[in-house]
Amino acid sequence: MIWFSLLVLIPLVAVLISAADLGAGGFWEVVSGPQTSAALRLTVLVSLGVTAVNVVMGTALAWVLVRDRFWGKRLLDIVIDVPFALPTIVAGLVLLSLYGPKSPLGVNAANTRVAVFLALAFVTLPFVVRTVQPVLETIDRDVEEAAASLGANRLTTFRRVILPSLVPAITAGAALSFARGISEYGSLVLLSGNLPGRTEVASVRVLTYIENGNRSAASAVAAILLLVALAVIVALDLIQRRLARRGQ
Amino acid sequence: MSITISGVNKKFGDFVALDNVSVDLPTGQLTALLGPSGGGKSTLLRIIAGLEDADSGTVTIEGNEATHLPPQKRNVGFVFQHYAAFKHMSVAKNVAFGLEIRKRSKAETEKRVAELLELVHLSQFAHRLPAQLSGGQRQRMALARALAVEPTVLLLDEPFGALDAKVRKELREWLRRLHDEVQVTTVFVTHDQEEALEVADEIVVINDGRVEQVGTPDQLYDAPESEFVMSFLGPVTKLSGRLVRPHDIEVYTAPEDPRGKPGRITRLLRVGFEVRLIVELDEPEHPDVEVTVTRATQRHLHLEDGLRVWVAPTSGVRAISPVRVASG
Repeated sequence: MIWFSLLVLIPLVAVLISAADLGAGGFWEVVSGPQTSAALRLTVLVSLGVTAVNVVMGTALAWVLVRDRFWGKRLLDIVIDVPFALPTIVAGLVLLSLYGPKSPLGVNAANTRVAVFLALAFVTLPFVVRTVQPVLETIDRDVEEAAASLGANRLTTFRRVILPSLVPAITAGAALSFARGISEYGSLVLLSGNLPGRTEVASVRVLTYIENGNRSAASAVAAILLLVALAVIVALDLIQRRLARRGQ
Repeated sequence: MSITISGVNKKFGDFVALDNVSVDLPTGQLTALLGPSGGGKSTLLRIIAGLEDADSGTVTIEGNEATHLPPQKRNVGFVFQHYAAFKHMSVAKNVAFGLEIRKRSKAETEKRVAELLELVHLSQFAHRLPAQLSGGQRQRMALARALAVEPTVLLLDEPFGALDAKVRKELREWLRRLHDEVQVTTVFVTHDQEEALEVADEIVVINDGRVEQVGTPDQLYDAPESEFVMSFLGPVTKLSGRLVRPHDIEVYTAPEDPRGKPGRITRLLRVGFEVRLIVELDEPEHPDVEVTVTRATQRHLHLEDGLRVWVAPTSGVRAISPVRVASG
């Protein structure tokens, strides 16, 4: 508990205290400023979007990794972790060279909001896959066979039998993915161009404030991110409980 | 005939699971598929259910050609060794699953679920999750779930295999009573000959992907057609080159029976109410004979290690006819 306090609780409180220096009026002024509010909005919306994509694609990828047999499966299983393992700035470089102005694919996403989305999708990809995969591995085939012999087609079996067992894992993966999304910095700064009001994200805002010596304003933005993260995690937990109850 | 299987073959890679199997399973009866592990009996059951496809051959269920029907369309109830419970659903929801898939009305579903839970004695557990039930209760739930859709045939794959000995015994007696009550054609797979002998109307012995013998428990026990069937259904020993059950051998302490062969007790082992003896005969061929006697007999005759005895097959005994010795 002391360890947890030192590591997590005290710094969190410190951020809130630092933000409180501004007073309510100052706080509001900072976060409602056009540049900051745009950055916050972009961060939250893109993170939500990316999380939604991850929930679907991550579950599908986990399914393929657990259930299908194909050449190169082991390799794919390892490669999935690469976005997570790469130093984020390296990820940023990779993305810049792939989707930047000199893209070999002919896709130039530099300095657009798509760039933010791509960067977040890239680094958060492993979360849902890695939380769902082990749970999927523990689901016995006979449960599906039982559903089949009771007359359920594959879709119904997935929706009513498999998916409910995966919900806690998907939720956990979504929470991780979202948290990573709103905090991401390194991978997107290169490709997004950090255009104020267009592609600038909240973490870049925080850094700018600090570079300008305005630590309280940085803390105010940080506090908002903290609240959003908390709200989303609580919301996901509620969804999970609700879904769990529906089955009974 | 409720289920007719003809000429079914199934291979897994190089392994031959079923080798040209043909068998008829009668309507309304409780049939056991009995055999050692890996003998193909579960594969046969899964082919009947449509969970596995036969490489060749046909399956007919109640006169309907079912060989290429998916499991959803066969209307069979299947019970798995490890329950296959829907873990996130309550017991009642598990049982209701098949009815909900069939879009029965809510009132009808509730009524049927209540009846079935009554039948399997789980009414008071309707709102529990499977994880909160014991193994035996979970298997009864699985049975109710399979029966809910009023299947043409009920298939059980080693249904009591994961349970401990006492619950297993209770549950198989209960299954027998349930079958008499519900009267649905039932096929269950087991490797436990006692279970098959006790519960089944008819037994199909399967070994090495082939049907060894089909018959009632009495027919199989009394007139086994092969050495395999005889030795699989109960203990056997060799006396004068013939297979005999150890409890079908009489022990004398004097040469009273003219057929009696002299020997000496070399080992005596008491297991519960019975006593197992190893008698070493004087004749050099097949010297060791295993004999099972009751504790009362042992005490009456003062049988002990090293004692000189004469052994002979019990007169008028079943199953001492010379058996066709399986090749190899």
